[in-house]
Amino acid sequence: MNLALRDIRHNLVRFSLTTVGVGLLLMIVMGMGGIYRGLIEEALLLVDSIGADLWVVQEATRGPFAEVSRVPLTLEDRLRAVPGVRTARAFVSHTIQREYQGKPLRIVVQGLSWPEDRGDWLPIIAGRALGAAHYEMIADRLLGLDLGEKVPLGRDVYTVVGLTNGMVGPGGDGMAFFTVRDALAIQFDLSAESIRLERASRRSRAGSQDIGKTQPFLIERAQGPSAGIPVLPRSMASAVLVQLAPGTDLDAVVRTISAWRDVSVFTSDQQRDLLLKGNVDKARRQLGLFRALLVIISAIIMALIIYTLTLDKVHDIAMLKLMGARNSLILGLILEQALLLGILGYALGYLMGQWVFPRFPRRVVITQDDLIMLAVIVVLISVLSSILGIWKAMRVQPNEVLS
Amino acid sequence: MTSAAIALETRGLTKVYGSGNTEVVAMRDVSLIIGKGEVVALLGPSGAGKSTLLTAVGLINPPTSGTIAIGGRQVMDGPRELVDARIFRRRFIGYVFQKANLIPFLTALENVQLALEINDTAGRDARRRAMELLEYLGVGDRVHNMPYMLSGGQQQRVAVARALANHPQLILADEPTAALDSVRGRQVMDLFRQVAHEKGAAVLVVTHDHRALDVFDRILEMEDGELRAHSADPAKKA
Ligand SMILES: Nc1ncnc2c1ncn2[C@@H]1O[C@H](COP(=O)(O)OP(=O)(O)O)[C@@H](O)[C@H]1O
Ligand SMILES: [Mg+2]
Repeated sequence: MNLALRDIRHNLVRFSLTTVGVGLLLMIVMGMGGIYRGLIEEALLLVDSIGADLWVVQEATRGPFAEVSRVPLTLEDRLRAVPGVRTARAFVSHTIQREYQGKPLRIVVQGLSWPEDRGDWLPIIAGRALGAAHYEMIADRLLGLDLGEKVPLGRDVYTVVGLTNGMVGPGGDGMAFFTVRDALAIQFDLSAESIRLERASRRSRAGSQDIGKTQPFLIERAQGPSAGIPVLPRSMASAVLVQLAPGTDLDAVVRTISAWRDVSVFTSDQQRDLLLKGNVDKARRQLGLFRALLVIISAIIMALIIYTLTLDKVHDIAMLKLMGARNSLILGLILEQALLLGILGYALGYLMGQWVFPRFPRRVVITQDDLIMLAVIVVLISVLSSILGIWKAMRVQPNEVLS
Repeated sequence: MTSAAIALETRGLTKVYGSGNTEVVAMRDVSLIIGKGEVVALLGPSGAGKSTLLTAVGLINPPTSGTIAIGGRQVMDGPRELVDARIFRRRFIGYVFQKANLIPFLTALENVQLALEINDTAGRDARRRAMELLEYLGVGDRVHNMPYMLSGGQQQRVAVARALANHPQLILADEPTAALDSVRGRQVMDLFRQVAHEKGAAVLVVTHDHRALDVFDRILEMEDGELRAHSADPAKKA
């Protein structure tokens, strides 16, 4: 005869409420882990899906995810000349926040080096990859844009030609993909007034310098478009991504590029590590601390309820001992209740999570490993939480029936 | 009485509660012999030490000194257990108290069944035996009720069924009929007598109900912790 179940049936309301409480706590514990996994996944999404072997960045910097890195677009061509390099493409990435249809729209603008890269590698769920050098974009579903929608950014209007799913930046904002030129245009989108002022100031700067005085035609150039001034550097990218030909010795290529004074080079794995250390590590520790606290709180709540359930039964336990019941029967009663509380709470937490987590603003990734780990922890705290009750029950004397 | 016919024997049982100023001698030098199949009443005013004696021989309240033998076997020497008291209780002793003390989260049937299962009677047999007993005690129609749904008398009859379930050699009852009307009380006493005579169990019953004394083979009386023979003892009259 199972006493644990029968006692629970007797105390159904109290037991159910406690189970729901424990379930909610465990759901949050699961969610915390899921948020952490989601952070990592979102952070690594780009690095992983972009499929580069090497990241070439500005000298002595740690790459575009850690700090500002500027490399000239011509670096692409230099890298293509290195033996073993199959492709080299500029990586342009910046986050913008613009007013769109009365609401702020945050976009991680991502440049694709047209025409080599049209975004065919993206998880496109509707529409197509880029088909023209300008004025097209592939937007993530998260941005809430529709296929064919025309979005004004800077002084140009871009048409949404494709939709992706799950492409978000390290900050959780949706990505949109443009050609590198368009991405740069969006980044350095200046108002007509500021361009006019900049040109005027360039003109007066040139006029006050020797070169402007000796070569007056340069003053004409200085007040024209910046692209027409030969001494000014060309547009910059954040990094250049290198893909190696199959069978190439990675280390050899890294050695070659490392010898260049103006850049630093990271393998994809190094870039991932930098990304995790820089962006995710603190969040991981914070969430980890929270999870540990919640697990401890769950254990305390379970211990308390198991203890009070046991206290309620002291008289019955005395009667069981009087009738000559073995300790295992009494111990089993308490332990089974604790385990049931833990297991039902866990199941409830899991089910509630299935419903709640997809409604979280950021991605929650529940992995099998995390679930198994938590299940083991729940069993452990169930056993631990019953110790107090068992300790009490073992001290009950059979003659307490009479009191 | 030959030793094989002795169910319970105590020698010089003494119980002292507390010490120093608060010392209470609840039971003093109690020696008694109850034979198998014998039904014995224990009378005495409140505070006489009747419950103390019953719980001592029931192995749930060890005496300060003296010895207890059950079924010819020494079980207590002073406060020292000579056997595993818990195993001994479940095999050989049945208790009924003034209160039924049923397990509140088990039905009437389950309460009796549990006593059998604790003593290793398997599920179906336990169920059948529990059912029989409850029917015999007139609560056959309430077997699936929880204790709180039963009247005091019904609860007490379930408790009696539980005490008898394992065919104990020694039945100890402390004012078992206090919660019953006289007819039901009489019925319980008759049942004890029947079990004693048919199964050879020894029965020791604390009672205040002087009208039911005729069911007993012998009457003992306690006062101030000491045992003395009762004036109305049928064994004496004979
Ligand atoms: N646990 C105890 N601690 C101290 N004194 C007790 C305890 N149990 C009983 N007594 C005392 O022992 C005496 C006998 O009690 P008891 O055996 O319950 O008497 P009866 O059952 O005949 O009424 C009483 O004076 C009572 O106060
Ligand atoms: Mg008493």
